[in-house]
Amino acid sequence: MKFGTEIVALGLFAFLALVAAGFGVDEPFRQHMWVLFFVLLGFVVVLLRNTSFVPAASVDPSAYMDGPIRYGAIATMFWGVVGMLVGVVIALQLAYPDLNIEPWFNFGRLRPLHTSGVVFAFGGNALICTSMYVVQRTSRARLFGGNLAWFVFWGYQLFIVMAATGYLLGITESREYAEPEWYVDIWLTIVWVAYLVLFLGTILKRKEPHIYVANWFYLSFIVTIAMLHLINNLSMPASLLGSKSYSAFSGVQDALTQWWYGHNAVGFFLTAGFLGMMYYFVPKQANRPVYSYRLSIIHFWAIIFLYIWAGPHHLHYTALPDWAQTLGMVFSIMLWMPSWGGMINGLMTLSGAWDKLRTDPIIRMMVMAIAFYGMSTFEGPMMSIKAVNSLSHYTDWTIGHVHSGALGWVGMISFGAIYYMVPKLWNRERLYSLRLVTWHFWLATLGIVVYAAVMWVSGIMQGLMWREYDEQGFLVYSFAETVAAMHPYYVMRAMGGAMYLAGAVIMTWNITMTILGYQGEEEPMPASIPALQPAQ
Amino acid sequence: MDYNWMREFADSWALLAMALFFVGVVAFAFRPGSGKQADEAARIPLKDD
Repeated sequence: MKFGTEIVALGLFAFLALVAAGFGVDEPFRQHMWVLFFVLLGFVVVLLRNTSFVPAASVDPSAYMDGPIRYGAIATMFWGVVGMLVGVVIALQLAYPDLNIEPWFNFGRLRPLHTSGVVFAFGGNALICTSMYVVQRTSRARLFGGNLAWFVFWGYQLFIVMAATGYLLGITESREYAEPEWYVDIWLTIVWVAYLVLFLGTILKRKEPHIYVANWFYLSFIVTIAMLHLINNLSMPASLLGSKSYSAFSGVQDALTQWWYGHNAVGFFLTAGFLGMMYYFVPKQANRPVYSYRLSIIHFWAIIFLYIWAGPHHLHYTALPDWAQTLGMVFSIMLWMPSWGGMINGLMTLSGAWDKLRTDPIIRMMVMAIAFYGMSTFEGPMMSIKAVNSLSHYTDWTIGHVHSGALGWVGMISFGAIYYMVPKLWNRERLYSLRLVTWHFWLATLGIVVYAAVMWVSGIMQGLMWREYDEQGFLVYSFAETVAAMHPYYVMRAMGGAMYLAGAVIMTWNITMTILGYQGEEEPMPASIPALQPAQ
Repeated sequence: MDYNWMREFADSWALLAMALFFVGVVAFAFRPGSGKQADEAARIPLKDD
Protein backbone atom coordinates (compact mmCIF):
# COMPACT_ATOMS: atom_id res chain seq x y z
CA MET A 1 0.00 0.00 0.00
CA LYS A 2 1.33 3.40 -1.02
CA PHE A 3 2.07 5.69 1.96
CA GLY A 4 0.98 2.96 4.42
CA THR A 5 3.73 3.56 6.99
CA GLU A 6 3.53 7.31 6.56
CA ILE A 7 -0.21 7.40 7.23
CA VAL A 8 0.13 5.27 10.37
CA ALA A 9 3.09 7.24 11.71
CA LEU A 10 1.49 10.63 11.01
CA GLY A 11 -1.80 9.49 12.53
CA LEU A 12 0.07 8.39 15.65
CA PHE A 13 1.90 11.71 15.91
CA ALA A 14 -1.36 13.59 15.37
CA PHE A 15 -2.81 11.66 18.29
CA LEU A 16 0.22 12.47 20.45
CA ALA A 17 -0.17 16.14 19.54
CA LEU A 18 -3.80 15.95 20.62
CA VAL A 19 -2.77 14.40 23.94
CA ALA A 20 -0.15 17.14 24.42
CA ALA A 21 -2.82 19.73 23.60
CA GLY A 22 -4.90 18.30 26.41
CA PHE A 23 -2.19 17.87 29.03
CA GLY A 24 0.13 20.79 28.21
CA VAL A 25 1.21 22.75 31.29
CA ASP A 26 1.01 26.22 29.74
CA GLU A 27 -1.57 27.84 27.50
CA PRO A 28 0.73 28.72 24.54
CA PHE A 29 1.98 25.12 24.46
CA ARG A 30 -1.57 23.75 24.36
CA GLN A 31 -2.46 26.15 21.53
CA HIS A 32 0.71 25.21 19.68
CA MET A 33 -0.11 21.52 19.98
CA TRP A 34 -3.58 22.19 18.56
CA VAL A 35 -1.86 23.78 15.56
CA LEU A 36 0.40 20.75 15.24
CA PHE A 37 -2.56 18.40 15.55
CA PHE A 38 -4.48 20.05 12.71
CA VAL A 39 -1.39 20.25 10.48
CA LEU A 40 -0.61 16.55 10.98
CA LEU A 41 -4.27 15.68 10.49
CA GLY A 42 -4.14 17.59 7.21
CA PHE A 43 -1.11 15.54 6.13
CA VAL A 44 -2.96 12.31 7.00
CA VAL A 45 -6.08 13.32 5.03
CA VAL A 46 -4.05 14.30 1.97
CA LEU A 47 -2.09 11.03 2.08
CA LEU A 48 -5.27 8.98 2.56
CA ARG A 49 -6.80 10.61 -0.49
CA ASN A 50 -3.69 9.86 -2.56
CA THR A 51 -3.06 6.32 -1.46
CA SER A 52 -3.50 3.37 -3.75
CA PHE A 53 -3.22 -0.38 -3.52
CA VAL A 54 -1.79 -0.85 -7.01
CA PRO A 55 1.85 -1.91 -6.75
CA ALA A 56 4.01 1.15 -7.40
CA ALA A 57 5.66 1.35 -10.80
CA SER A 58 9.41 0.89 -10.50
CA VAL A 59 11.36 4.12 -10.84
CA ASP A 60 14.13 4.54 -13.37
CA PRO A 61 17.23 4.62 -11.12
CA SER A 62 19.16 6.74 -13.62
CA ALA A 63 16.52 9.48 -13.93
CA TYR A 64 16.88 12.52 -11.71
CA MET A 65 14.34 12.96 -8.92
CA ASP A 66 12.85 16.38 -9.56
CA GLY A 67 9.50 16.21 -7.75
CA PRO A 68 10.71 17.61 -4.40
CA ILE A 69 12.69 20.26 -6.28
CA ARG A 70 9.53 21.47 -8.08
CA TYR A 71 7.71 21.69 -4.75
CA GLY A 72 10.76 23.39 -3.27
CA ALA A 73 10.82 26.06 -6.00
CA ILE A 74 7.15 26.85 -5.33
CA ALA A 75 7.68 26.83 -1.56
CA THR A 76 10.63 29.22 -1.99
CA MET A 77 8.46 31.73 -3.81
CA PHE A 78 5.55 31.34 -1.40
CA TRP A 79 7.59 31.79 1.78
CA GLY A 80 9.62 34.53 0.11
CA VAL A 81 6.53 36.65 -0.50
CA VAL A 82 5.18 35.90 2.99
CA GLY A 83 8.49 36.72 4.71
CA MET A 84 9.01 39.92 2.73
CA LEU A 85 5.41 41.02 3.34
CA VAL A 86 5.92 40.59 7.09
CA GLY A 87 9.12 42.63 6.68
CA VAL A 88 7.20 45.51 5.11
CA VAL A 89 4.59 45.27 7.87
CA ILE A 90 7.16 45.51 10.67
CA ALA A 91 8.93 48.36 8.84
CA LEU A 92 5.59 50.19 8.88
CA GLN A 93 5.07 49.29 12.54
CA LEU A 94 8.37 51.01 13.36
CA ALA A 95 7.22 54.10 11.48
CA TYR A 96 3.63 53.98 12.78
CA PRO A 97 3.49 52.18 16.17
CA ASP A 98 -0.34 52.15 16.06
CA LEU A 99 -0.04 49.25 13.63
CA ASN A 100 1.04 46.98 16.50
CA ILE A 101 -1.99 44.74 16.97
CA GLU A 102 -1.77 42.97 20.31
CA PRO A 103 -1.09 40.28 21.21
CA TRP A 104 -0.35 38.23 18.08
CA PHE A 105 0.78 40.87 15.64
CA ASN A 106 2.96 43.19 17.67
CA PHE A 107 6.51 43.97 16.58
CA GLY A 108 8.14 41.63 19.11
CA ARG A 109 6.36 38.60 17.66
CA LEU A 110 6.39 39.60 13.99
CA ARG A 111 10.09 40.45 13.90
CA PRO A 112 11.32 36.85 14.41
CA LEU A 113 8.56 35.79 12.00
CA HIS A 114 10.16 38.06 9.40
CA THR A 115 13.77 37.01 10.04
CA SER A 116 12.99 33.30 10.19
CA GLY A 117 10.57 33.67 7.28
CA VAL A 118 13.10 35.15 4.90
CA VAL A 119 16.23 33.38 6.19
CA PHE A 120 14.97 29.88 6.92
CA ALA A 121 11.71 29.61 5.00
CA PHE A 122 12.67 31.49 1.82
CA GLY A 123 16.46 31.03 1.94
CA GLY A 124 16.27 27.53 3.42
CA ASN A 125 13.86 26.26 0.80
CA ALA A 126 15.94 27.87 -1.94
CA LEU A 127 19.06 26.15 -0.58
CA ILE A 128 17.42 22.76 -0.12
CA CYS A 129 15.81 22.65 -3.56
CA THR A 130 18.82 24.03 -5.45
CA SER A 131 21.18 21.70 -3.58
CA MET A 132 19.04 18.72 -4.63
CA TYR A 133 19.09 20.04 -8.20
CA VAL A 134 22.83 20.70 -8.29
CA VAL A 135 24.02 17.56 -6.51
CA GLN A 136 22.14 15.31 -8.94
CA ARG A 137 23.36 17.06 -12.04
CA THR A 138 26.99 17.43 -10.99
CA SER A 139 27.17 13.89 -9.58
CA ARG A 140 25.11 12.40 -12.40
CA ALA A 141 23.19 10.37 -9.83
CA ARG A 142 19.60 10.20 -8.63
CA LEU A 143 18.90 11.46 -5.11
CA PHE A 144 19.78 8.89 -2.49
CA GLY A 145 17.23 7.13 -0.30
CA GLY A 146 13.96 6.87 -2.22
CA ASN A 147 11.39 9.10 -0.54
CA LEU A 148 13.95 10.64 1.82
CA ALA A 149 13.92 13.84 -0.24
CA TRP A 150 10.16 14.13 0.26
CA PHE A 151 10.62 13.68 4.01
CA VAL A 152 13.22 16.44 4.03
CA PHE A 153 10.95 18.76 2.06
CA TRP A 154 7.75 18.23 4.08
CA GLY A 155 9.60 17.92 7.38
CA TYR A 156 11.21 21.28 6.74
CA GLN A 157 7.83 22.86 5.91
CA LEU A 158 6.46 21.48 9.19
CA PHE A 159 9.41 23.05 11.01
CA ILE A 160 8.63 26.41 9.36
CA VAL A 161 4.93 26.25 10.24
CA MET A 162 5.67 25.29 13.86
CA ALA A 163 8.33 27.99 14.22
CA ALA A 164 6.11 30.67 12.68
CA THR A 165 2.96 29.85 14.63
CA GLY A 166 5.03 29.55 17.82
CA TYR A 167 6.33 33.13 17.41
CA LEU A 168 2.80 34.45 16.93
CA LEU A 169 1.65 32.62 20.06
CA GLY A 170 4.50 34.19 22.00
CA ILE A 171 6.67 31.07 22.29
CA THR A 172 10.34 31.97 21.99
CA GLU A 173 13.78 30.98 23.20
CA SER A 174 14.86 34.61 22.59
CA ARG A 175 18.00 33.48 20.77
CA GLU A 176 18.59 35.55 17.67
CA TYR A 177 17.71 33.62 14.47
CA ALA A 178 17.12 30.54 16.67
CA GLU A 179 13.91 31.53 18.43
CA PRO A 180 11.98 28.23 18.15
CA GLU A 181 11.58 26.36 21.44
CA TRP A 182 13.13 23.01 22.32
CA TYR A 183 10.59 20.64 20.72
CA VAL A 184 10.71 22.47 17.38
CA ASP A 185 14.53 22.42 17.61
CA ILE A 186 14.49 18.65 18.08
CA TRP A 187 12.28 18.25 15.02
CA LEU A 188 14.62 20.40 12.93
CA THR A 189 17.56 18.26 14.09
CA ILE A 190 15.84 15.13 12.78
CA VAL A 191 15.02 16.77 9.44
CA TRP A 192 18.53 18.16 9.14
CA VAL A 193 20.19 14.79 9.76
CA ALA A 194 17.93 13.31 7.06
CA TYR A 195 19.03 16.14 4.74
CA LEU A 196 22.69 15.37 5.46
CA VAL A 197 22.13 11.67 4.74
CA LEU A 198 20.29 12.56 1.53
CA PHE A 199 23.04 14.85 0.32
CA LEU A 200 26.02 12.74 1.37
CA GLY A 201 24.36 9.57 0.06
CA THR A 202 23.89 11.17 -3.34
CA ILE A 203 27.52 12.29 -3.42
CA LEU A 204 28.71 8.82 -2.40
CA LYS A 205 26.89 7.16 -5.29
CA ARG A 206 28.03 9.73 -7.84
CA LYS A 207 29.17 8.68 -11.30
CA GLU A 208 31.31 11.75 -11.80
CA PRO A 209 34.72 11.06 -10.19
CA HIS A 210 35.30 14.64 -9.01
CA ILE A 211 32.99 16.33 -6.48
CA TYR A 212 32.17 19.69 -8.06
CA VAL A 213 32.98 22.68 -5.86
CA ALA A 214 29.32 23.78 -5.52
CA ASN A 215 28.69 20.55 -3.62
CA TRP A 216 31.55 21.34 -1.24
CA PHE A 217 29.89 24.62 -0.35
CA TYR A 218 26.47 22.99 0.06
CA LEU A 219 27.95 20.23 2.21
CA SER A 220 29.81 22.68 4.44
CA PHE A 221 26.54 24.56 4.87
CA ILE A 222 24.67 21.41 5.90
CA VAL A 223 27.36 20.13 8.29
CA THR A 224 28.07 23.48 9.94
CA ILE A 225 24.39 24.34 10.42
CA ALA A 226 23.93 20.96 12.12
CA MET A 227 26.79 21.73 14.53
CA LEU A 228 25.66 25.31 15.19
CA HIS A 229 22.05 24.33 15.73
CA LEU A 230 22.89 21.55 18.18
CA ILE A 231 25.23 23.57 20.37
CA ASN A 232 23.34 26.87 20.34
CA ASN A 233 20.09 25.14 21.30
CA LEU A 234 21.43 23.06 24.21
CA SER A 235 18.76 23.71 26.77
CA MET A 236 16.70 22.09 29.48
CA PRO A 237 12.92 22.12 29.08
CA ALA A 238 11.07 23.14 32.23
CA SER A 239 8.51 20.46 31.41
CA LEU A 240 8.22 17.89 28.64
CA LEU A 241 4.68 19.20 28.10
CA GLY A 242 5.57 22.87 28.23
CA SER A 243 6.92 25.52 25.90
CA LYS A 244 9.64 26.89 28.15
CA SER A 245 13.28 25.82 28.29
CA TYR A 246 16.44 27.23 29.82
CA SER A 247 19.77 27.54 28.03
CA ALA A 248 22.68 25.37 29.13
CA PHE A 249 24.87 28.50 29.15
CA SER A 250 24.60 31.66 31.14
CA GLY A 251 25.98 35.18 31.08
CA VAL A 252 28.70 36.06 28.64
CA GLN A 253 29.20 32.42 27.61
CA ASP A 254 25.58 32.36 26.50
CA ALA A 255 26.04 35.60 24.59
CA LEU A 256 29.13 34.27 22.84
CA THR A 257 27.43 30.97 22.00
CA GLN A 258 24.52 32.88 20.50
CA TRP A 259 26.75 35.04 18.34
CA TRP A 260 29.01 32.17 17.41
CA TYR A 261 25.78 30.65 16.11
CA GLY A 262 24.36 33.91 14.76
CA HIS A 263 27.38 34.93 12.78
CA ASN A 264 28.00 31.49 11.37
CA ALA A 265 24.36 31.29 10.37
CA VAL A 266 25.31 34.28 8.21
CA GLY A 267 28.60 32.65 7.19
CA PHE A 268 27.43 29.15 6.40
CA PHE A 269 23.69 29.50 5.75
CA LEU A 270 23.55 32.87 3.98
CA THR A 271 27.03 32.75 2.44
CA ALA A 272 28.47 29.27 1.90
CA GLY A 273 25.17 27.72 0.79
CA PHE A 274 24.42 30.53 -1.65
CA LEU A 275 28.00 30.41 -2.95
CA GLY A 276 27.23 26.82 -3.89
CA MET A 277 24.32 28.25 -5.86
CA MET A 278 26.61 30.81 -7.49
CA TYR A 279 29.21 28.24 -8.52
CA TYR A 280 26.60 26.19 -10.38
CA PHE A 281 23.97 28.58 -11.73
CA VAL A 282 26.24 31.41 -12.91
CA PRO A 283 28.33 29.07 -15.12
CA LYS A 284 25.11 27.44 -16.39
CA GLN A 285 23.32 30.65 -17.22
CA ALA A 286 26.45 32.18 -18.80
CA ASN A 287 27.24 28.84 -20.44
CA ARG A 288 30.91 29.03 -19.59
CA PRO A 289 32.98 27.41 -16.85
CA VAL A 290 33.85 29.27 -13.68
CA TYR A 291 36.74 31.74 -14.16
CA SER A 292 39.23 29.86 -11.98
CA TYR A 293 38.39 26.52 -10.46
CA ARG A 294 41.49 26.58 -8.28
CA LEU A 295 40.51 29.99 -6.91
CA SER A 296 37.12 28.50 -5.99
CA ILE A 297 38.91 25.79 -3.95
CA ILE A 298 40.95 28.40 -2.11
CA HIS A 299 37.78 30.45 -1.65
CA PHE A 300 36.12 27.45 -0.05
CA TRP A 301 38.87 26.59 2.43
CA ALA A 302 39.56 30.19 3.36
CA ILE A 303 35.86 30.81 4.09
CA ILE A 304 35.68 27.64 6.17
CA PHE A 305 38.79 28.49 8.19
CA LEU A 306 38.04 32.15 8.80
CA TYR A 307 34.28 32.59 9.20
CA ILE A 308 33.92 30.41 12.26
CA TRP A 309 36.01 32.83 14.38
CA ALA A 310 34.28 36.07 13.41
CA GLY A 311 31.25 35.87 15.75
CA PRO A 312 32.72 37.90 18.68
CA HIS A 313 32.57 41.08 16.57
CA HIS A 314 28.87 41.18 17.52
CA LEU A 315 29.93 41.66 21.16
CA HIS A 316 32.38 44.57 20.98
CA TYR A 317 32.59 46.64 24.17
CA THR A 318 30.64 44.07 26.20
CA ALA A 319 31.66 41.77 29.07
CA LEU A 320 33.35 39.49 26.53
CA PRO A 321 37.14 39.36 27.16
CA ASP A 322 39.04 41.91 25.13
CA TRP A 323 41.21 39.31 23.39
CA ALA A 324 38.09 37.54 22.10
CA GLN A 325 36.70 40.79 20.71
CA THR A 326 40.00 41.51 18.96
CA LEU A 327 40.13 37.94 17.63
CA GLY A 328 36.66 38.37 16.13
CA MET A 329 37.69 41.67 14.55
CA VAL A 330 40.94 40.34 13.08
CA PHE A 331 39.29 37.29 11.53
CA SER A 332 36.50 39.45 10.14
CA ILE A 333 39.03 41.66 8.42
CA MET A 334 40.88 38.65 7.02
CA LEU A 335 37.57 37.59 5.47
CA TRP A 336 37.97 40.42 2.98
CA MET A 337 40.38 38.27 1.00
CA PRO A 338 38.30 35.13 0.34
CA SER A 339 35.12 37.16 -0.05
CA TRP A 340 36.57 39.35 -2.72
CA GLY A 341 38.39 36.41 -4.29
CA GLY A 342 35.03 34.69 -4.60
CA MET A 343 33.35 37.79 -5.95
CA ILE A 344 36.04 38.24 -8.60
CA ASN A 345 35.75 34.56 -9.48
CA GLY A 346 32.01 34.89 -9.98
CA LEU A 347 32.17 38.10 -11.96
CA MET A 348 35.10 37.04 -14.15
CA THR A 349 33.15 33.94 -15.16
CA LEU A 350 31.43 36.38 -17.50
CA SER A 351 34.68 37.63 -19.06
CA GLY A 352 34.25 37.46 -22.78
CA ALA A 353 30.47 37.29 -22.41
CA TRP A 354 29.71 40.67 -20.88
CA ASP A 355 27.26 41.39 -23.72
CA LYS A 356 24.92 38.92 -21.98
CA LEU A 357 24.29 41.64 -19.40
CA ARG A 358 22.40 43.52 -22.10
CA THR A 359 20.42 40.60 -23.42
CA ASP A 360 19.87 38.32 -20.46
CA PRO A 361 18.08 39.76 -17.40
CA ILE A 362 18.75 36.57 -15.40
CA ILE A 363 22.51 37.02 -15.79
CA ARG A 364 22.01 40.65 -14.85
CA MET A 365 20.31 39.52 -11.65
CA MET A 366 23.13 37.10 -10.81
CA VAL A 367 25.79 39.74 -11.48
CA MET A 368 23.94 42.19 -9.23
CA ALA A 369 23.84 39.47 -6.56
CA ILE A 370 27.62 38.96 -6.79
CA ALA A 371 28.18 42.72 -6.72
CA PHE A 372 26.14 42.94 -3.52
CA TYR A 373 28.07 39.97 -2.12
CA GLY A 374 31.21 42.03 -2.67
CA MET A 375 29.73 45.21 -1.22
CA SER A 376 28.29 43.66 1.92
CA THR A 377 31.41 41.57 2.58
CA PHE A 378 33.39 44.79 2.32
CA GLU A 379 31.05 46.66 4.64
CA GLY A 380 30.87 43.87 7.24
CA PRO A 381 34.58 43.63 8.08
CA MET A 382 34.76 47.41 8.11
CA MET A 383 31.95 47.53 10.67
CA SER A 384 33.71 44.87 12.75
CA ILE A 385 36.63 47.25 13.37
CA LYS A 386 36.13 48.34 16.97
CA ALA A 387 36.40 52.07 16.28
CA VAL A 388 33.77 51.87 13.52
CA ASN A 389 31.64 49.53 15.60
CA SER A 390 31.53 52.05 18.44
CA LEU A 391 29.52 54.24 16.07
CA SER A 392 27.57 51.61 14.16
CA HIS A 393 26.63 49.12 16.86
CA TYR A 394 22.97 49.01 17.93
CA THR A 395 22.06 51.48 15.18
CA ASP A 396 20.14 51.08 11.93
CA TRP A 397 23.41 50.95 10.03
CA THR A 398 23.61 47.28 11.04
CA ILE A 399 20.08 46.73 9.71
CA GLY A 400 21.05 48.36 6.42
CA HIS A 401 24.17 46.18 6.19
CA VAL A 402 22.23 42.99 6.81
CA HIS A 403 19.69 43.90 4.17
CA SER A 404 22.24 44.79 1.51
CA GLY A 405 23.56 41.25 2.01
CA ALA A 406 20.18 39.58 2.38
CA LEU A 407 18.18 41.40 -0.31
CA GLY A 408 21.13 41.99 -2.62
CA TRP A 409 23.16 38.81 -2.39
CA VAL A 410 20.91 36.07 -0.98
CA GLY A 411 17.68 37.27 -2.57
CA MET A 412 19.03 38.07 -6.03
CA ILE A 413 21.10 34.88 -6.44
CA SER A 414 18.08 32.81 -5.34
CA PHE A 415 15.81 34.63 -7.80
CA GLY A 416 18.36 33.98 -10.55
CA ALA A 417 18.57 30.29 -9.67
CA ILE A 418 14.76 29.90 -9.58
CA TYR A 419 14.38 31.71 -12.92
CA TYR A 420 16.95 29.33 -14.37
CA MET A 421 15.50 26.15 -12.86
CA VAL A 422 11.77 26.56 -13.35
CA PRO A 423 11.60 26.26 -17.18
CA LYS A 424 13.93 23.25 -16.97
CA LEU A 425 12.00 21.55 -14.17
CA TRP A 426 8.65 21.86 -15.94
CA ASN A 427 10.05 21.31 -19.46
CA ARG A 428 9.11 24.75 -20.69
CA GLU A 429 10.94 26.27 -23.60
CA ARG A 430 11.43 29.55 -21.73
CA LEU A 431 10.01 31.73 -18.99
CA TYR A 432 6.56 33.28 -19.44
CA SER A 433 8.17 36.69 -19.83
CA LEU A 434 11.75 37.98 -19.82
CA ARG A 435 10.48 41.55 -19.77
CA LEU A 436 8.92 40.87 -16.37
CA VAL A 437 12.32 39.64 -15.15
CA THR A 438 13.68 43.03 -16.12
CA TRP A 439 10.90 44.71 -14.15
CA HIS A 440 11.72 42.50 -11.17
CA PHE A 441 15.42 43.28 -11.50
CA TRP A 442 14.93 47.06 -11.44
CA LEU A 443 12.31 47.06 -8.69
CA ALA A 444 14.51 44.85 -6.51
CA THR A 445 17.71 46.79 -7.21
CA LEU A 446 16.13 50.20 -6.61
CA GLY A 447 14.40 48.84 -3.52
CA ILE A 448 17.72 47.68 -2.05
CA VAL A 449 19.43 50.96 -2.89
CA VAL A 450 16.66 52.95 -1.21
CA TYR A 451 16.69 50.63 1.79
CA ALA A 452 20.46 50.56 2.32
CA ALA A 453 21.05 54.27 1.66
CA VAL A 454 18.23 55.31 4.01
CA MET A 455 19.54 53.04 6.75
CA TRP A 456 23.06 54.42 6.40
CA VAL A 457 21.80 57.95 6.90
CA SER A 458 19.46 56.97 9.70
CA GLY A 459 21.99 54.71 11.44
CA ILE A 460 24.89 57.14 11.35
CA MET A 461 22.60 59.95 12.48
CA GLN A 462 21.36 57.77 15.32
CA GLY A 463 24.91 56.83 16.36
CA LEU A 464 26.09 60.44 16.27
CA MET A 465 23.08 61.65 18.28
CA TRP A 466 23.68 59.02 20.95
CA ARG A 467 27.28 60.11 21.49
CA GLU A 468 26.71 63.89 21.36
CA TYR A 469 27.77 65.62 24.59
CA ASP A 470 27.50 69.28 25.47
CA GLU A 471 30.40 71.25 26.98
CA GLN A 472 29.32 70.26 30.51
CA GLY A 473 29.41 66.57 29.71
CA PHE A 474 25.67 65.97 29.48
CA LEU A 475 24.05 64.01 26.66
CA VAL A 476 22.51 66.43 24.18
CA TYR A 477 19.68 64.18 22.97
CA SER A 478 17.21 62.03 24.85
CA PHE A 479 16.53 58.60 23.39
CA ALA A 480 13.00 59.61 22.34
CA GLU A 481 14.46 62.49 20.31
CA THR A 482 16.61 60.08 18.30
CA VAL A 483 13.53 57.94 17.65
CA ALA A 484 11.54 60.95 16.44
CA ALA A 485 14.41 61.99 14.16
CA MET A 486 14.36 58.60 12.47
CA HIS A 487 10.67 58.66 11.53
CA PRO A 488 11.10 59.95 7.94
CA TYR A 489 13.79 57.33 7.30
CA TYR A 490 11.56 54.58 8.61
CA VAL A 491 8.86 55.62 6.14
CA MET A 492 11.36 55.63 3.27
CA ARG A 493 12.74 52.26 4.36
CA ALA A 494 9.25 50.78 4.21
CA MET A 495 8.98 52.12 0.64
CA GLY A 496 12.28 50.46 -0.33
CA GLY A 497 11.08 47.19 1.15
CA ALA A 498 7.73 47.50 -0.61
CA MET A 499 9.52 47.93 -3.97
CA TYR A 500 11.52 44.79 -3.32
CA LEU A 501 8.33 42.94 -2.36
CA ALA A 502 6.62 44.20 -5.53
CA GLY A 503 9.45 42.67 -7.55
CA ALA A 504 8.97 39.34 -5.80
CA VAL A 505 5.23 39.46 -6.50
CA ILE A 506 5.92 40.04 -10.20
CA MET A 507 8.29 37.08 -10.11
CA THR A 508 5.61 34.91 -8.51
CA TRP A 509 3.23 35.81 -11.34
CA ASN A 510 5.91 35.12 -13.96
CA ILE A 511 6.86 31.77 -12.42
CA THR A 512 3.21 30.74 -11.98
CA MET A 513 2.44 31.46 -15.64
CA THR A 514 5.59 29.58 -16.70
CA ILE A 515 4.57 26.55 -14.65
CA LEU A 516 1.05 26.67 -16.09
CA GLY A 517 2.61 26.55 -19.55
CA TYR A 518 1.88 30.03 -20.89
CA GLN A 519 4.30 32.04 -22.99
CA GLY A 520 3.76 35.76 -23.06
CA GLU A 521 3.79 37.56 -26.41
CA GLU A 522 6.53 40.12 -26.13
CA GLU A 523 9.28 41.79 -28.05
CA PRO A 524 12.47 39.77 -27.63
CA MET A 525 15.32 41.29 -25.66
CA PRO A 526 17.63 43.48 -27.77
CA ALA A 527 20.36 41.69 -29.72
CA SER A 528 19.13 38.26 -28.70
CA ILE A 529 18.17 37.67 -32.34
CA PRO A 530 21.19 37.28 -34.59
CA ALA A 531 21.49 40.04 -37.17
CA LEU A 532 20.12 39.02 -40.56
CA GLN A 533 22.71 37.96 -43.08
CA PRO A 534 22.35 38.91 -46.74
CA ALA A 535 21.59 35.94 -49.01
CA GLN A 536 24.62 34.61 -50.84
CA MET B 1 41.70 18.86 30.94
CA ASP B 2 40.69 22.20 32.41
CA TYR B 3 40.13 25.49 30.65
CA ASN B 4 43.78 26.56 30.84
CA TRP B 5 44.98 23.32 29.31
CA MET B 6 42.51 23.57 26.44
CA ARG B 7 43.33 27.22 25.93
CA GLU B 8 47.05 26.45 25.75
CA PHE B 9 46.44 23.58 23.36
CA ALA B 10 44.22 25.71 21.13
CA ASP B 11 46.83 28.48 21.05
CA SER B 12 49.69 26.19 20.13
CA TRP B 13 49.31 22.79 18.52
CA ALA B 14 45.75 23.22 17.27
CA LEU B 15 46.63 26.57 15.74
CA LEU B 16 49.74 25.12 14.12
CA ALA B 17 47.83 22.11 12.78
CA MET B 18 45.11 24.25 11.25
CA ALA B 19 47.60 26.65 9.72
CA LEU B 20 49.59 23.75 8.23
CA PHE B 21 46.42 22.14 6.90
CA PHE B 22 45.43 25.35 5.21
CA VAL B 23 48.88 25.87 3.67
CA GLY B 24 48.76 22.24 2.53
CA VAL B 25 45.38 22.77 0.87
CA VAL B 26 46.63 25.83 -1.01
CA ALA B 27 49.81 24.02 -2.05
CA PHE B 28 47.77 21.04 -3.20
CA ALA B 29 45.43 23.21 -5.23
CA PHE B 30 48.35 24.80 -7.05
CA ARG B 31 50.55 21.71 -7.35
CA PRO B 32 52.17 21.21 -10.79
CA GLY B 33 49.76 19.64 -13.22
CA SER B 34 46.62 20.58 -11.31
CA GLY B 35 45.61 23.18 -13.87
CA LYS B 36 44.37 20.66 -16.41
CA GLN B 37 42.39 18.71 -13.80
CA ALA B 38 40.87 21.94 -12.52
CA ASP B 39 39.80 22.92 -16.02
CA GLU B 40 38.11 19.56 -16.44
CA ALA B 41 36.38 19.85 -13.08
CA ALA B 42 35.17 23.34 -13.98
CA ARG B 43 33.36 21.90 -17.00
CA ILE B 44 31.31 19.40 -14.95
CA PRO B 45 28.17 21.56 -14.76
CA LEU B 46 28.25 22.25 -18.49
CA LYS B 47 28.27 18.60 -19.54
CA ASP B 48 24.52 17.99 -19.33
CA ASP B 49 21.27 19.18 -17.81
